[in-house]
Amino acid sequence: MTEIALAHPGVRSPLRTAVWAVPIAVLLVVVPWLLDSYRTIQLEYGLIFGIAGIGFNLLLGYTGLLSFGHAAYFGVGAYSVAFMVKYLHVSSMELFLLGSIVGTLIVTAVFGYVCVRYTRIFFSILALSLSQVLWSLAFKFFWVTGGTDGLRVPTPKLLGMAAGENEDKTYFLSHGYYYYVLAVFVICVAVMWLIVHSPFAKALQAIRDNETRARFVGLRIRSYRFVAFLVSGVFTGIAGALWVPLNGLVTPDAMVWTFSGEIVFMTVLGGFRNFTGPIVGAVVYNFLKDYAVGFTVYWQTFMGVILVVLVMVLPTGIVGSAKLLWGTARRRLAR
Amino acid sequence: MTALLETQKLTKYFGETHAVDKVDFFVGQGEVLSLIGSNGAGKTSLVNLISGLFPADSGKIFLRGVDVTHQTVQARIKAGIARSFQIVNLFDELTVLDNVALSIFSREGKTKKLFSLADHQGGVWQEAHDILRQFGLETKAQSLAGGISQGERKLLDVAVAYALKPQLLFLDEPTSGVSTREKAPIMDVITSIVRTHGITAVVIEHDMDIIFRYSDRIVVMHQGVVLASGTPEEIRNDERVKDAVFGPAHA
Repeated sequence: MTEIALAHPGVRSPLRTAVWAVPIAVLLVVVPWLLDSYRTIQLEYGLIFGIAGIGFNLLLGYTGLLSFGHAAYFGVGAYSVAFMVKYLHVSSMELFLLGSIVGTLIVTAVFGYVCVRYTRIFFSILALSLSQVLWSLAFKFFWVTGGTDGLRVPTPKLLGMAAGENEDKTYFLSHGYYYYVLAVFVICVAVMWLIVHSPFAKALQAIRDNETRARFVGLRIRSYRFVAFLVSGVFTGIAGALWVPLNGLVTPDAMVWTFSGEIVFMTVLGGFRNFTGPIVGAVVYNFLKDYAVGFTVYWQTFMGVILVVLVMVLPTGIVGSAKLLWGTARRRLAR
Repeated sequence: MTALLETQKLTKYFGETHAVDKVDFFVGQGEVLSLIGSNGAGKTSLVNLISGLFPADSGKIFLRGVDVTHQTVQARIKAGIARSFQIVNLFDELTVLDNVALSIFSREGKTKKLFSLADHQGGVWQEAHDILRQFGLETKAQSLAGGISQGERKLLDVAVAYALKPQLLFLDEPTSGVSTREKAPIMDVITSIVRTHGITAVVIEHDMDIIFRYSDRIVVMHQGVVLASGTPEEIRNDERVKDAVFGPAHA
């Protein structure tokens, strides 16, 4: 068993993974004590979008389906929390997460049932269209959703504990809530890591590469795509649920198609053919956008230029390019 | 000879074209049967119907006496039908080893598992390595399927189907696109494996040297119907086959 396992290229030594994972984990733990609150919260946004990114990438990188509608699931996660606050007076973050998982499961099941019947541009446009339907509902049903005014979400209770009475909200968000987000992020990354290294993910990659052949090794294509769609949507929904207390408010903007584009951007920026790419992309994108907004009023143009340069110069994204460079350097050193 | 597969008046029309026209076809248990005919004779269409790629317009398909005409591709695979393709169909961005392992994962129902590590399925990898060894592809195990030679791709295409442990294996032009020198070694490997494991094989092929050398029986198709069926010797001497398939020059 060991002999065969080592013969398989996918097997990674836990020690090798620990070499880079442990320092990053330590760094993430001490961030609130190294950076100011503003930067810590920026990183927190990055981690949350990272969860959405790895969820999105299960579809793009592993299944070969490009969704331009993932803002819908992010929005469903966020609105689920807001509805629980408004209509059920819930304040527990754990219940928020549970509610957002149930909410996104229902929506992705309906949307997925329709979308996974198609591939390529048809899938992308259908996902986009359905997300816009949801956006328009959030926009027009203002007596339920608050319309463009949105719905406010106060500071939640974490593990049954409320923030201290005299505790500054910014301090809470950059410390207590940061660690909560970090813990959920670690759990989500661990679960997704397990999924993408499972036989199920091998089947997804096979479907991505050659649908006909995948059918003729006995795979029910739509079922696998549907499950991938569900998992992807739920991860994005969890990200939405974590995002809304940080933002304090959810408006239909969380569901608009341009935000779906941002999720695509983050994933491409980091690299969609590797596991960590979307996480790195989400964190970098968040800081990049922050700097761009402060740098120029034409920040969208600036980001657009970056995207064009990225696709032309670094098609494998930051992580893909770093791996290539590292591989080249190692080969040269070995000579 | 016991029938493993039988079709009754199997029919498929594409518009005005009668691709498969009321075909009664029989494959005996354990034989290596070749399906020949000129381009457009309906050979690949017949295999596509039996394997489930297309639905039949009418007629029946029986596998060991069980009607599988309306079964899904997956159900037919479970029943024991597997196939390779005329134009090689592989998972090009996966390794050669992964291509074969995926068939095993699928056969064992393990592809439904989201929360178990593929790398920890030692038995699957062991079997995949064994199959690659049988097909002479062991040294290419870690290469990407998209990066190996055409002859190796042809073999891998068959290995992926073989890993499903079929009872009936359709091989659609297993030596097309490879050099003449490579054809016989490829067929040697394939026929040795199917005969050793008692797998019934139906081979579509255009190379008559290959056909006559490796087949137990030959079925000739012409314009969507079965023109003749018999041993290689009988087919070689059949005047109708000479006229319809080999052309007047061979007659």
